[in-house]
Amino acid sequence: MAALTPAGAVCGARATAPHAGESRTVVPIRHWGRWLAAAAALTSLVGLIGSLAGNKNLHWDIVGHYVFADLVFNGLATTLWLTAAAMAVGLGLGVLVAVMRLSSNPVLRTLANAFVWIFRGTPLLVQIIFWGYAGALYKHILIGIPFTHITFLDMDTNTVLTPAVAALLALGLNEAAYASEIVRAGIQSVDAGQAEAAHSLGMRPALTTRRIVLPQAMRVIIPPLGNETINMLKMTALVSVISAHDLMSNIQDVYAQNYQVIPMLVVASIWYLILVTALGLPQSWLERRYGRGTAPATPATGPLQRLVTGAALRISRTGPAASTDSKG
Amino acid sequence: MVHAEGVRKHFGKVSVLRGIDLSVERGRVCCLLGPSGSGKSTFLRCINHLEKIDGGSLSVDGAPVGHRQQGNRLYELKEREIARARRDIGMVFQRFNLFPHMTALENVMEAPVKVAGVTRAEARADALRLLDRVGLADRAERYPAQLSGGQQQRVAIARALAMKPKLMLFDEPTSALDPELVGEVLDVMRQLAAEGMTMVVVTHEIGFAREVADTAVFMDGGVVVEAGDPRQVLGDPQQERTRTFLSKVL
Repeated sequence: MAALTPAGAVCGARATAPHAGESRTVVPIRHWGRWLAAAAALTSLVGLIGSLAGNKNLHWDIVGHYVFADLVFNGLATTLWLTAAAMAVGLGLGVLVAVMRLSSNPVLRTLANAFVWIFRGTPLLVQIIFWGYAGALYKHILIGIPFTHITFLDMDTNTVLTPAVAALLALGLNEAAYASEIVRAGIQSVDAGQAEAAHSLGMRPALTTRRIVLPQAMRVIIPPLGNETINMLKMTALVSVISAHDLMSNIQDVYAQNYQVIPMLVVASIWYLILVTALGLPQSWLERRYGRGTAPATPATGPLQRLVTGAALRISRTGPAASTDSKG
Repeated sequence: MVHAEGVRKHFGKVSVLRGIDLSVERGRVCCLLGPSGSGKSTFLRCINHLEKIDGGSLSVDGAPVGHRQQGNRLYELKEREIARARRDIGMVFQRFNLFPHMTALENVMEAPVKVAGVTRAEARADALRLLDRVGLADRAERYPAQLSGGQQQRVAIARALAMKPKLMLFDEPTSALDPELVGEVLDVMRQLAAEGMTMVVVTHEIGFAREVADTAVFMDGGVVVEAGDPRQVLGDPQQERTRTFLSKVL
């Protein structure tokens, strides 16, 4: 603030360089090595792209033909909704399981531990097949009192557990087991004083978790959850075994017929890359949203971003009275 | 307001409180002093049930802490009832414990809106009035990370006052502050005491205790060594232990 400028300018030392009197100029370090390395990397990259683009064996015509094919779009739609729905189930259930595992109630704790133990301890492929062929194990889904003939609900398994529902259940439950551990780590990363302060204000445990602990835990939870989402995007390919048609299954169907394995896999890779890139946007938005209040925003990481923010910074530094914030 | 008789507390095998007797009348200020590890913070935390006592009896405003009395029996309270009882007891922590994801204003509004069910508009007006009272009306939209320690602690006091407590607990409210910021927090507490708030203050600020407290209590090793008029306890202590402690801190 204005009142602080005399002292602030000296320790801030951003507007004017250190030790710089009226007559002296400061020469910043020149990173020649970086420029050389960047040039070398760029040359290699151009070479690589050129050789890939010119490679007849990659059949770019086939790639171009299939990259916007209906079949691919249909698979893409399945992959997308399955990923979104499975992550929603996984995260919702994961939060519940995490809170249960941290509960003081031994019954809840044991149930949650058993859930994580089973769904994290068995292969996902087995779980998908189990849900997909549950109809072979149980013809009917009954809800009633065990060992009596009293039933409240009786449904045919195969009409309820369609391939899509089975896929969603399998992926969602499996994800919940992993997500619960991520959420638990996030909750435990929040200082115990936060919950104490909330309790001292008369907030009940559930409200404290929802309003105070979870929003702060989100900062820790989001990056690994971004990983999980990207993983899920590709794991949906596993549901081909119960004939749900995601992107990867459809691609496999095509190259099983035309034998163009590599070009078709390039098509798949292009789309997965596009999806993963698109997922980065909501993630960085969420990270900023839950980073509220924790000092400066996460630094720009990409070279492009750095170039932009770097330029912006340089402008603000040379501008009048850099924003040194008063703390007094 | 606060009545303790033979309060005991142990963590595992370590006895932290070994029979505390203490009474704080309504509208009075009681300062708890003593070396670290003497149990003063633990005792304070027992008053609003952040810690459970293991023996003796402790009551706030006539109601046993954490229990409901029916005839000759004490029933343990459920979470909901404990939370209900805590509404009337404000607490200020050494490390402030402001909610970092909320602005100063939101920190103060949170409990009235979410716990007491006050409308947002009313809570907002109330919160702004309280922030003004602690001298921070112009910092309402700042996040805790953008405030100095002294400002954070004053927001924390406003936050506790927002629930209109009948008792305020202070757990070393100035111990985490830069020396030059201690004064602004003590000023707010002094003002609060002058307005007749019942306060229990764990502190190392001997000057504040001498000036503001109605009772000074010197604790060591989980027992009350000496208690009474602060001029007596701090000016002319009768116990050797109190004298050696005071000679070191003054």
